[in-house]
Amino acid sequence: MVKDPQARIVDKKNWKSYFSLSLESPRIAAQAQSGQFIMVRVSAHTQPLLRRPFSIHSKSEKTVEIFFQITGLGTELLSQKKPEDSLDILGPLGKGFEAGKNLKGKDIALVGGGRGIAPLYFLSQKLRSYGATARIFYGGKSQEDLPLKEKFEKEGFDLHWSTDDGSSGFKGFVSDLFKTELEKYTPDRIFACGPELMMKKISLIAQEKNIPAEFSLESVMGCGFGACWGCVRRIKRDNREEWVKICEEGPVFSGNDIIWEEGDE
Amino acid sequence: MTDLSVDLGFLKLKNPVIGASGTFGYGLEFEPYIDLNRLGGFVVKGLYFSPREGNPPPRLVETPSGLINAIGLPGIGVKRFSEEILPRLQKFNTTIIVNVCGENNEEYASVVEFLDKYDGIAAYELNISCPNVEQDGLCPALSPEATFSAVSLVKKTSSRPIIAKLSPNVTDVVQIALSAEEAGADALSLVNTFLAMAVDIETRKPKLSNIYGGLSGPAIKPIALRMTHQVAGRVKIPVIGMGGILTGQDALEYMIAGAKAVEVGTANFIDPESTVKIIEELREYCQKKGIDRIETLIGTLQA
Ligand SMILES: Cc1cc2nc3c(=O)[nH]c(=O)nc-3n(C[C@H](O)[C@H](O)[C@H](O)COP(=O)(O)OP(=O)(O)OC[C@H]3O[C@@H](n4cnc5c(N)ncnc54)[C@H](O)[C@@H]3O)c2cc1C
Ligand SMILES: Cc1cc2nc3c(=O)[nH]c(=O)nc-3n(C[C@H](O)[C@H](O)[C@H](O)COP(=O)(O)O)c2cc1C
Ligand code: FES
Repeated sequence: MVKDPQARIVDKKNWKSYFSLSLESPRIAAQAQSGQFIMVRVSAHTQPLLRRPFSIHSKSEKTVEIFFQITGLGTELLSQKKPEDSLDILGPLGKGFEAGKNLKGKDIALVGGGRGIAPLYFLSQKLRSYGATARIFYGGKSQEDLPLKEKFEKEGFDLHWSTDDGSSGFKGFVSDLFKTELEKYTPDRIFACGPELMMKKISLIAQEKNIPAEFSLESVMGCGFGACWGCVRRIKRDNREEWVKICEEGPVFSGNDIIWEEGDE
Repeated sequence: MTDLSVDLGFLKLKNPVIGASGTFGYGLEFEPYIDLNRLGGFVVKGLYFSPREGNPPPRLVETPSGLINAIGLPGIGVKRFSEEILPRLQKFNTTIIVNVCGENNEEYASVVEFLDKYDGIAAYELNISCPNVEQDGLCPALSPEATFSAVSLVKKTSSRPIIAKLSPNVTDVVQIALSAEEAGADALSLVNTFLAMAVDIETRKPKLSNIYGGLSGPAIKPIALRMTHQVAGRVKIPVIGMGGILTGQDALEYMIAGAKAVEVGTANFIDPESTVKIIEELREYCQKKGIDRIETLIGTLQA
């Protein structure tokens, strides 16, 4: 955990409302694990006031990359940054996916919805380096919401994709696509990130089939490093339910421990 | 060499900058970013006697230059605090203050009674002003009588100095301040957060699960500063000012208006180095103005 007040933007990519920024920060890159996140100061002024959390999308020796979608003022300001600008960032924060060398030779499903694909790219690289097979299930509202499709394809991943409107790939939710594919094969493990309802559905499928699954959760974050108690989610601990700070103990949790929010199934 | 130390009478601080309760965790969360020994002090998260869960999320919402929180005072309780946290804080060479909470006067007293047995705490900040716990933000600091009874009971129980933390959600903060002083408070700190709300116009739901929360950050600074000035002009005990302090300049405004020390809250979320940066900015200001002792600046507001 370090603060890098001047991480230089060395690369920027843009697909409609999605962006990626590669930030030069050797100290953060050296420590970064897949599933961890950074807190980015999006304005030098007081609007927006707080930093914004972003998963680490990929890393190299000297850089960490974030991938984000514009959803409000903070992400909009961030999208206007240019190569050579610097950003004030904290990281790497939280606990990432439990994906180690023990997954060698395993068949792993990565399920990402919308901007939730962000941490799964880093994870796919990790898994590959450990000799695991990562299959990617990628869903978006429309074909514009699948900006990373080509990147995964080019790197030769087994990629399955869906759009809610059917403009590309399977028509429907990525959870439905995933369910269909599970009629043909059973992964050894599932890692997922995306909208709440999508993750909840994947979690139910995983429990039904007894497949270990981990999910990267979201919450509004005040600080990102455990000081505000703002980011809690309902988590099972020793047979009890607790409000747990996801910035410290997450954002990644085992599906068996997450109490999903009530809502339309 | 500028002397940044300030003397609260019952407590000498190496500089006037204190991390504010609820925004500074248990202190340890800041270790990766700053040297805690450099601070004037810090106030740990509010402690009830027993562990508490706090409110369901969403607990935070941002508003223009402000933050509304409805955290609801979750915490580990005094026992775990004394076993797991306090021993790790004792190694620091800074002033550690515990923010004391209670559902009623007896609970405030029992927290203090329990913690009195342990070393390493310089004073108690009595949180009689948290707007998040009871319905509609009710708390002792809303009435002079309730303030008097809470402060006097705790003062009787405690072997350590008591700082009464006041609420801004009152018509006359000076009246409450005078009650706390009369009840024996050794110092006052103000302000806690302003009772506030925000609405999602798509769902027409409140943006916080608790509906109301407490507003902090730069948005409240001018009002909090005015209240600090009003109170500092009327009480004899030292006043610790807070509300929206992000920079050395903000801290200086409070000190010139009469605060002997300041607490820095929301700024810690934006930049975990805020407290040490503010200390540096105070030092630079004093050097530039030829001020040898920062204490000589306190309450020097010109007519
Ligand atoms: C651990 C973590 C990792 C994340 N990683 C990514 C990522 O890799 N890429 C990406 O695009 N986004 C990611 N997010 C979400 C991202 O932080 C929010 O989209 C961003 O903070 C919104 O800021 P804004 O100012 O643009 O929008 P705001 O105006 O603040 O909010 C717009 C909408 O987003 C909601 N929102 C605000 N903050 C959050 C938040 N922290 N989490 C969820 N919803 C929020 C608001 O309630 C509102 O409905 C992550 C969130 C978390 C907690
Ligand atoms: C997330 C959050 C949690 C807080 N928790 C406490 C608390 O436990 N006890 C307390 O006395 N004040 C608490 N406060 C109030 C602050 O200590 C401070 O009085 C207030 O935020 C105003 O200062 P600021 O504008 O610098 O943040 C909290 C404030 C915030 C933002
Ligand atoms: S974001 Fe502040 S405690 Fe998690």
